[in-house]
Amino acid sequence: MNIEQQDFYTQAILSMAALIGLSSFLMLGQGRLLRMIFVFAWQGLLLTLTTTLVAYSQDNPHLYISAVLTLVLKVIFIPWMLRREVIKMNSHRDIEALSNKVSLMLGGAGLMVFSYYVLHPIVQTSSPVMLNALAVSLSVVLLGMLLMITHRQAVAHVVGFMSIENGLFFAAIVATNGMPMVVELGVAFDVLVAAVLFGIFFFHIRTSIDSLNVDLLNRLNEVDDQNTEQNSPLSSLSSENRAQQ
Amino acid sequence: MIAAYLVLLIPLFGIVFFAVTGHKKDTGKLNIQLNAISLLATIWLAINVLNKGTIISPDQAFLIDPFNVYLIVLTAFVGLTTSIFSAPYMAHEKDIGKLNDKRLKLYHSMYQGFMLAMYLVLTTNNMGIMWVAMEGATLATVLLVSLYRTPESIEAAWKYFILCGVGIAQALFGTILLYYAAAQIGNSDNALLWSVLYANADKLNPDILEIAFVFLLIGYGTKIGLVPLHNWLPDAHSEGPTPMSAVLSGLLLNDALYAVVRNKMLVDGATHSNMAGYLMMGFGMLSFLVAVLFLHRQKDIKRLFSYSSIEHMGMMTFAFGMGGPLATFAALLHMTVHSLTKSAIFVTVGYAAQLAGTQRMSKIRGLIKTQPKIGWGLLIGTIAIAGFPPFGVFTSEFLVLLATMHSYPWLTLPLLLGIGIAFAGLFRHIQPMVYGEKPEGQRPIKANLWPVMIHLAWVLWLGLSIPDFLANWFSQATLLISGSTPL
Repeated sequence: MNIEQQDFYTQAILSMAALIGLSSFLMLGQGRLLRMIFVFAWQGLLLTLTTTLVAYSQDNPHLYISAVLTLVLKVIFIPWMLRREVIKMNSHRDIEALSNKVSLMLGGAGLMVFSYYVLHPIVQTSSPVMLNALAVSLSVVLLGMLLMITHRQAVAHVVGFMSIENGLFFAAIVATNGMPMVVELGVAFDVLVAAVLFGIFFFHIRTSIDSLNVDLLNRLNEVDDQNTEQNSPLSSLSSENRAQQ
Repeated sequence: MIAAYLVLLIPLFGIVFFAVTGHKKDTGKLNIQLNAISLLATIWLAINVLNKGTIISPDQAFLIDPFNVYLIVLTAFVGLTTSIFSAPYMAHEKDIGKLNDKRLKLYHSMYQGFMLAMYLVLTTNNMGIMWVAMEGATLATVLLVSLYRTPESIEAAWKYFILCGVGIAQALFGTILLYYAAAQIGNSDNALLWSVLYANADKLNPDILEIAFVFLLIGYGTKIGLVPLHNWLPDAHSEGPTPMSAVLSGLLLNDALYAVVRNKMLVDGATHSNMAGYLMMGFGMLSFLVAVLFLHRQKDIKRLFSYSSIEHMGMMTFAFGMGGPLATFAALLHMTVHSLTKSAIFVTVGYAAQLAGTQRMSKIRGLIKTQPKIGWGLLIGTIAIAGFPPFGVFTSEFLVLLATMHSYPWLTLPLLLGIGIAFAGLFRHIQPMVYGEKPEGQRPIKANLWPVMIHLAWVLWLGLSIPDFLANWFSQATLLISGSTPL
């Protein structure tokens, strides 16, 4: 079926899906933190618009509440908090060198194809629109993960985390016209608490390692690191032996 | 029904009360009392369920059936005994200057917050609320993992937060798919209620549910600590305060598994294939085998026992995946004995670490000579968790093996091998710690080992003879999950 044959509502939802997917790609390839946060705020705004659209066309008033929640949390509060954090760390001029942007983007595209592949069985029971909406939201989730894997800044991790939530919200709104109100409020509460906790964590991480680069969080692992080896009496003995030789 | 509301309201009151009053001298005692009242409320609830069968609240928001009610009582029991341990332990941590009043206020408030989240996961009838509560449990405990504010603990907490947060997001996607499938057959208002879903399970679209289950298993599986999603678990257990390790191992992992099993019941009803079971068996077996190998490489005593938790959770997941009455019964029993034994072990480990002043196993020596109670407690606990005969873990592992031999004989071999490797891995570390000469200057500390003794006595009792009412309970839960009963 061509897109022109769909009604206006479906076309609008599909364009929103495309834009939200695009915004995920924009974040993925972004080395500057402030721009990434800016794109994240845009993604939240697109989500708010989608929610309002669904609320209006399906005549589902409780979705207006979740639209307001999304607007306040994802477009205003979280980007504001992250921006403040970046400026405080004085890292707003830094550009993170992403190792290989081309393969990163190709990987992202691969994830999108993969999401379509995974959700393809659904197409038998529902409209192609559903497939698109669900596949885009799954790929936003997966792209959020890829973002977290490839970026080294804690702020970028939070952006990835929250954009995963965005993807899930999109699925909930488009596929099922929103979850029951009590669940949606619960999820919004969790997101709010998580955002506050992230703020506290930035403070702790900064005071403990004086940076927000998570590569420096590397003390706990299964490999025996050298510091602990030197502390044990046996290894200090052997190093003395070596010194004598 | 009043009992169920009470179970939720008491910890809610606790959160607010501790947050408002701040840390006083007797806050630890108040925490014990609150948990004791919770335990009484859960026992009242359990008696109700025993007499009247499954209870659903009038607004259908809560569901109490034989499967979750025994986990609720277990949660309250472990919560109480851990708080009895926690009061002098935290006082000692404050005396040596590792903690201050402000952090202890956070600790006690969030202890109740964690209990609330656990009760909510267990009692709710709404799959969405179950997810919210599970995420709430992460949020409540994440600041407790970093309570000491050392760089290691902050790293552990960050890892815990990110991994569990991202992991559990997958479960939300699974829940959305579940809701999508349910909305297709109508009544979208209460389409996320487990009781409604279960009644209509055969009408749900099997394709969608299969995809949903993959996400649900990955999501909640992160919390169970299934390999390869387990990385947060040893870190969070080893860096947080020890009472937290006890409740994380004893309660959080169980409740995450509970969530998976609830979802599996729905998926099985819809698909009529054993796809969900095979997935759980595969992940369970993998976790079991990887964890037993990692036991050998540990240097930190709390990491050692957190890998042992992964091992046991792997075995339970495997057993639930196998399905069938015997395996399900064994898994339920194993859930109980594991959480009793493991929380007892963490209590003794906490004291042992305070005694030696470190968690590094190479520095902990001569426990029996210094303070026999702690030494023997650790030794007996380890014997119990390794699956030696008189204890309950032996019974449940034996039943799992028996069920495996019935259904998948060739899988008995890796299971037996794994149990052997785990035994060796535990004892090569434990033996030098409990026996041997004590290091100079090591003095006994004030320790309350009643919780340990009570837990181990229960485990012993469950190993010798399962009391009638418990056996009855387990078989009712088994009937609910697997459709028939082993007794």
